[in-house]
Amino acid sequence: MSLKERVANILKNDLLEITESKGDVCVEISRQTLVNALKRLKEEGGFDFLSDLLGIDNSDLYAKPKKKKKKTEDGTEQEQEEKGPPPPRFEVVYLLLSLSTNERLQVRVRVPEDDLELPSVTSLWRSANWPERETFDMFGIRFNGHPNMRRLLMWDEFQDYPLRKDYPLEGKGEERHLNYNIA
Amino acid sequence: MADWQIELIKVVFIWAWALIIAVVMTWVERRASAMMQDRLGPNRAGPFGLLQPLADGIKLFTKEDIIPERARKILFVLGPPLFALPAFSAYAVIPFGDKIVIGGKEIILQVSDVNIGFLFILALSAIAVYGLVIGGWASNSKYSILGGLRATAQLISYEVPMGLALLTIVLLDGTFSLREIVLQQQGTFLGFLPNWGFFKQPLGFIIFLVAAYAEANRVPFDLPECESELVTGYHTEYGSMRLGLYLFGEYVNLVTLSAITVCLFFGGWSLPYVDMSKFLGPVSYGIASFFVFFFKQAFFLFLFVWVRWTVPRFRYDQLMGLGWKALIPLGLVNLFITALLVQLTT
Amino acid sequence: MAKEIETVCITTGPTEVGDYVTLNIGPIHPAMHGTLRVITKTDGETIISAKPEIGYLHRGVEKLGENLTYSQFLPITDRLNYCSAICNNVAYEMAVEKLLGIEVPPKAQLIRMIMMELARIADHEVCVGILGVDLGALTPFFYLIIQREEIYEIFEWHHGARLTNSMGAIGGVEADLPDRFHEKWPRMRDSIRKANDDTDKLLTHNRIWMDRTVGVNAFCGDDALNWGFTGPMLRACGVKRDLRKNEPYLLYDKVDFDIPAGKHGDVFDRYMVRMLEMEQSVKIIDQAYAMYKELPEDAPLMKKVPKILRPPAGQIYHAIESPNGELGFFIRSDGSDKPYRIKIRPPCYMVYQAFDDLVKGEMISDLIACLSSLNVIAGELDR
Repeated sequence: MSLKERVANILKNDLLEITESKGDVCVEISRQTLVNALKRLKEEGGFDFLSDLLGIDNSDLYAKPKKKKKKTEDGTEQEQEEKGPPPPRFEVVYLLLSLSTNERLQVRVRVPEDDLELPSVTSLWRSANWPERETFDMFGIRFNGHPNMRRLLMWDEFQDYPLRKDYPLEGKGEERHLNYNIA
Repeated sequence: MADWQIELIKVVFIWAWALIIAVVMTWVERRASAMMQDRLGPNRAGPFGLLQPLADGIKLFTKEDIIPERARKILFVLGPPLFALPAFSAYAVIPFGDKIVIGGKEIILQVSDVNIGFLFILALSAIAVYGLVIGGWASNSKYSILGGLRATAQLISYEVPMGLALLTIVLLDGTFSLREIVLQQQGTFLGFLPNWGFFKQPLGFIIFLVAAYAEANRVPFDLPECESELVTGYHTEYGSMRLGLYLFGEYVNLVTLSAITVCLFFGGWSLPYVDMSKFLGPVSYGIASFFVFFFKQAFFLFLFVWVRWTVPRFRYDQLMGLGWKALIPLGLVNLFITALLVQLTT
Repeated sequence: MAKEIETVCITTGPTEVGDYVTLNIGPIHPAMHGTLRVITKTDGETIISAKPEIGYLHRGVEKLGENLTYSQFLPITDRLNYCSAICNNVAYEMAVEKLLGIEVPPKAQLIRMIMMELARIADHEVCVGILGVDLGALTPFFYLIIQREEIYEIFEWHHGARLTNSMGAIGGVEADLPDRFHEKWPRMRDSIRKANDDTDKLLTHNRIWMDRTVGVNAFCGDDALNWGFTGPMLRACGVKRDLRKNEPYLLYDKVDFDIPAGKHGDVFDRYMVRMLEMEQSVKIIDQAYAMYKELPEDAPLMKKVPKILRPPAGQIYHAIESPNGELGFFIRSDGSDKPYRIKIRPPCYMVYQAFDDLVKGEMISDLIACLSSLNVIAGELDR
C-alpha cells in the first residue's frame, strides 16, 4: 500500500486534499479535525515524530496571477485554475516523520485571516512548543491550549508579524523606538 | 651592623624575593601552559617574553579604576589588600635557608623564628578568606556573592583537613616552629630514606597537598572564580590594580604554600644523605641552602601549573563531599594512628 | 536506567515553594555560546527553573530568503551553524535540487561528502573542546582547535573561505578537490586521530571529568523523541537514528560506517557519541576518497542548470544529518525565481526548548555543562 493510500485510509473523511510534489506527500485537513487527525496519524499511521511546523502567508500567491499574465507565461496555467473567492490567507504545515518506516508527511491546515486560531498540538508532541510560539510570533496565528503563548524571537513589545508578506523587508524601524527600561 | 638593620634587610629581601617569584610565576604559568597546549605563549616583551609581567603590571596600574555605583565603597576598596597581604605576611615565618655567616655574625635565614610559626600561617590563611568574602559581598553582584560564598565554604572546609595533616607533623617533631621542624628532618629514616615528612607521613602529605590546592583556589578547586560559570566569581566587578591585587595575591599564595610544603614534608633547605655544612664555607653554605630551598619550592610551583592545565574542575557539592567525606575522616584516622605510634615509640 | 537517573534528579530537586534568587545568565557571559540567555531561578546553587530566552541573533533569515533568488540565498546559509557552514550549504543545495528534480554527478556528490564529513569533525572538535573549557579543562581545547585549523586550511584551498564557506552551487560543486588535499589527507587523518586520542586520555577516564559528566542531565529516549531531539543528542539517549543511514542521501548508502549511541543521555554520553562520531567520519572520508579516486579525472562536477533558477511550483522538505542533528529546509516555490517560503529546521532549536526539563533540579555548574554539551549555536537557533 502506498503512503497516499495508507494516509487516506487513516484520515477517511477528514482528508480534504492530497497532493504530491517531488515525492513529498502533502495532505490537507480542516482545522476543526486537526488534533484528532494528527492524533490518529501518530497512533495508527506511525507518524510519531514532529520534525517541525511552520506558517505560510499565501496572500502574495493569490495576488500574483494578475501581475504574471502581463509579464511572462510561466506558471499562469496553474494559477488561472484558482478562481472564485480566495482561499484562507494563512496555512500551517506540520512536517511529520515516521520513525519506523522513515516516511515523511506534510499536513497542512488553512487558517482564515479573520479568525487566526488553531488548536495546539503540544499535548501530542512537546516539540511543537517553540515552533508554535514562533508561528505566532511571525504570523500572528494563536494556538489554543499552548502552555506559554508568547513571542519567541521578537521582543514582547513588538507589534507586527514580520513574516507576513505585507511586512516590509527592511522593517518599520521599531528598534529605534525601543524603550530601554532597566528594571 | 646592628641587629635591627639585619632584620630590616631580611624583611625587605624576603618581601622582594617573594614578589619576584610571584611575578616570574605568572610568566612561567603562561609559558608552561603554552608548552603543554602546543602554543608559544607570550614571547614578544623582552627575551622569551620575560618582561610580559611588567607590561601587565603597567597595564593594570594605568587602567581606569572603576567602583560600581551600588557597591559598598569602603569594603570594596578593602577587599583586595585584605586578600593579598596575609599571603605576603605568611612568608615571614618561613625559613628560606639555614644560616649564613657575614662579618663574623651568624644570620639565620628567616625573618623571625616564631615558636608558633605553624599557627601563625594557619591564622593568616584564615584571614585571607575575608578578602574574598568582602570582595564578593561589596561588589553587589550575584555572580560575585556566589563566588564569595563558595570561597568561604571552600576555604573554611579545607582548612580543617589541612590543619589535621599539619598536626601529624607537629606530633612527630614535637614543635610548632618551622625552623625546628626542618632541622629535625635531616638524617635518614629507616636507615635508607631521607628523614623527610613526606616519607614519615605520606598520607598526611597527600591530604595537605589537596587542601593546599583548594586553599590556593586553583584548578581543580577554582570554584570561587570559575570563569565559565560565575564569570570570574568574587572579582567580577573589579578592575585595574584592584583586580591585579587579587590575581597577584593568588600567585603569592602559591609561593607561600609551596614553601610550606617544602619546609614540612621535604626537608626544607637540607639535601638528602649529604650534609652541605661539612664541606662548604660558612658563606657559600648559606647561599647553597637558600638555593636548595628555592629549587625544591620551584618544583612545587611547577606542580601547581602542571595540575592546573591537566584536570577539569570539580562541581561545588563534589568539592564539599571530597573535603568533608574523604579528607577529614582520612586526616582524623591518620592523626590517630600517628598519635598512637608516637605514644608507643617514645 | 536512563529514566531512573532522571527521576532521581527531579526528586532530589526542591519544590517551587519559597524564596529564590533569579540569576540571569547571558546574553553576555563567558559560558554562553553566542548570544544565549537563560533566566534561572536558583535555591543556593540548585536550579529551580531555567527559562531560555532566544532571539538575540535573529536576523530574519527566512524573510531574506523570500526576497533573494535561489542562488543568492546560498551565502546566507553559512550564517546558520557557523561551525559547520558546509553542511548548511549542502543541505540547502540539495533541497533546491530536489525541488528542481536534478541529480548531481557522482564526483560532486563525493566531494560534498568529503567536505561535509570534514565539517562534521570540525564541529564536533569545537563542541568537545568547548565542553572541556566550560568544565575547566582548557588543554584539550587547543589540541582539537589546532586540528580544526588544519581542516579549515583544506576548505580554504578548495573554495577560498575558512568559516563562511558557501561551498558549491546548486547543481554540484565548482571546484575539484585541491591537489594539495591528496598529500595532506593521509597525514591529517593521523593527526586528527592523535588529537582525539590525547583528548580521550586527558578526559574520558579522568575521575573529575566522570564525576562532572556521568549522570548529569540524563534524558530518556522516549522523552527525547517527544521533544524532537535529533543527532548526537538523540543517539546519546540510546536511539540509533542517523539520517545518513535512515534516509540515505548523496552516496552514504555506499559507505560503511557505524552509528555510535549512548545509553543514558547524560553529558558523558553526548561527549562520547561526538568523540566516536569523529572516528566514523574519518572512516567515511577514507571510503569516499577511495571512490573518488576510481572516477576519471575529467568526470563532470556540475549538472547543467540555467543561470536563473525557476523551479516548478510545489513544496518540498529535505533534511540531512548535520553535526547537530536533522537540518531540514522546507521550500515552497510558486514558479518564480525566488522561493515563496523558506523554513529552516535547525537541530539545536528543538533540543534547546527542552532546556528547562534538562537542567531542573541540578546545579549551576551542571547547567553550564549541559549547555556546552547541547552545542547550541545561536546563529542556527535564532536564524
